Amino acid sequence: MRLNAENISFRYGEERYILKDVNFSVGSGEVVGLTAPSGFGKTTLGKILAGYQRPESGRVTIDGAEIKSKGYHPVQLIFQHPEKAVNPKWKMRKVLAETEMPSRELLEAMGIQNGWLDRWPSELSGGELQRFCVTRALSEKTKFLIADEMTTMLDAITQAQIWNTVLGYARLHKIGVVVISHDQPLLERICDRIVNLTACSG
Amino acid sequence: MIGIREKTILSISVFSFFFAAILIAGSLIKEDSLYVELSNIFAPPGGGHIFGTDWVGRDMLVRTVKGLSLSMKIGLLCSVASSLIAMVLGVAAPLLGGKVDIFISWLIDFVLSIPHTLAIILISIACGGGLQGIVIGVTATHWTSLTRVIRAEVMQIREAEYTKLSRRFGKGNLFIAKEHVLPHIIPQLVIGTVLIFPHAILHEASVTFLGFGLPAHEPAIGVILSESMKYLTSGKWWLAFFPGISLIAVSMMVNSIGKNIERLIDPKTAYR
Repeated sequence: MRLNAENISFRYGEERYILKDVNFSVGSGEVVGLTAPSGFGKTTLGKILAGYQRPESGRVTIDGAEIKSKGYHPVQLIFQHPEKAVNPKWKMRKVLAETEMPSRELLEAMGIQNGWLDRWPSELSGGELQRFCVTRALSEKTKFLIADEMTTMLDAITQAQIWNTVLGYARLHKIGVVVISHDQPLLERICDRIVNLTACSG
Repeated sequence: MIGIREKTILSISVFSFFFAAILIAGSLIKEDSLYVELSNIFAPPGGGHIFGTDWVGRDMLVRTVKGLSLSMKIGLLCSVASSLIAMVLGVAAPLLGGKVDIFISWLIDFVLSIPHTLAIILISIACGGGLQGIVIGVTATHWTSLTRVIRAEVMQIREAEYTKLSRRFGKGNLFIAKEHVLPHIIPQLVIGTVLIFPHAILHEASVTFLGFGLPAHEPAIGVILSESMKYLTSGKWWLAFFPGISLIAVSMMVNSIGKNIERLIDPKTAYR
């Protein structure tokens, strides 16, 4: 499968275009880095790919077919701030089960302790919460994963642990991963290729 | 020494106890406790009858409690029904969005723009008057401000990342309303219901007083007050004074319960 973004243009209101005729594509099992300075539309492109935002023109397709807006979206975005991506009134077990309850092995690999499942989101740290958000997105129906600064707030060891698990899972289930980050060394280490948005748009 | 929080909880408990006591006492009063005693008509307050007696010698305290409990039951029914309407409309408007949201916002403005008393009288008459008329009338006019509050709250939740994520996980409006939105608006709903209550009983009493509400044979406060008007000019002040002041006391009491619950729940004031 191939996720394609064709001639995407986007701007907020009537301001200048932040994305102008951008073409981008990622295949199943491929890990693509997406980098650019602040304000060049990395996150916006991620949101367009995952269906959170409609482009002004252009389209997002999987193998040539447009993605249905209802039902489980095959492209899942992982947000930068996990504390906003989790309902504060839900216990963590419910948060995970919103897609499907992950296997014990996956939980273990992500470093999620069993006792955390019965806690409230406010009783976990940002890094711990982010593991839940990542695990939640790794359901069987997810075909592409967009990691928007997914591990920026984590320490190096946790970063390595999460990326190891995610990339292992992606390889196993043929999930395409888009890594949005400022962290050049990280991108160079984990990505098959790196796309610089500054070069894509005018 | 007790802290402010304990004082607030104490005041809520004491008032709730009073509220329940009046409600239960009023329901326990049977027809025969309201006996007619023609040898003791228009007895002023004091002695055996602390609220005095009326023009056929019935004890005004018993009548007041009975009337209050009826008014309170109507008030409870109206405020619960109003907040149910507020919940449904306030959640539906932002989640369905578009034309539905515009229509519901228009409906709120429309109902708010008509003076309450007038609207209640009209609706009450249109629905055939009596108990059902007054309940429908009061309910139909009291859901608006709570709906606004809830709509604003839900709009924030709709824009939250976890709700947007939920949609990407293929969840529909019903799931989002029930699982994501409802837990967040329950405090508002509880406070809203309690704070609608005083308005509801005062409006019920005033419309009944004007003669458009409950029929004259019901022992409601509004009926007692409108009867007492006939004797006020001849100096029988206690017929209006005690029932009136009790009605105001009850509504102030419930208002204070609502304000105090709000103070307890709102994190800004919870521990001050």
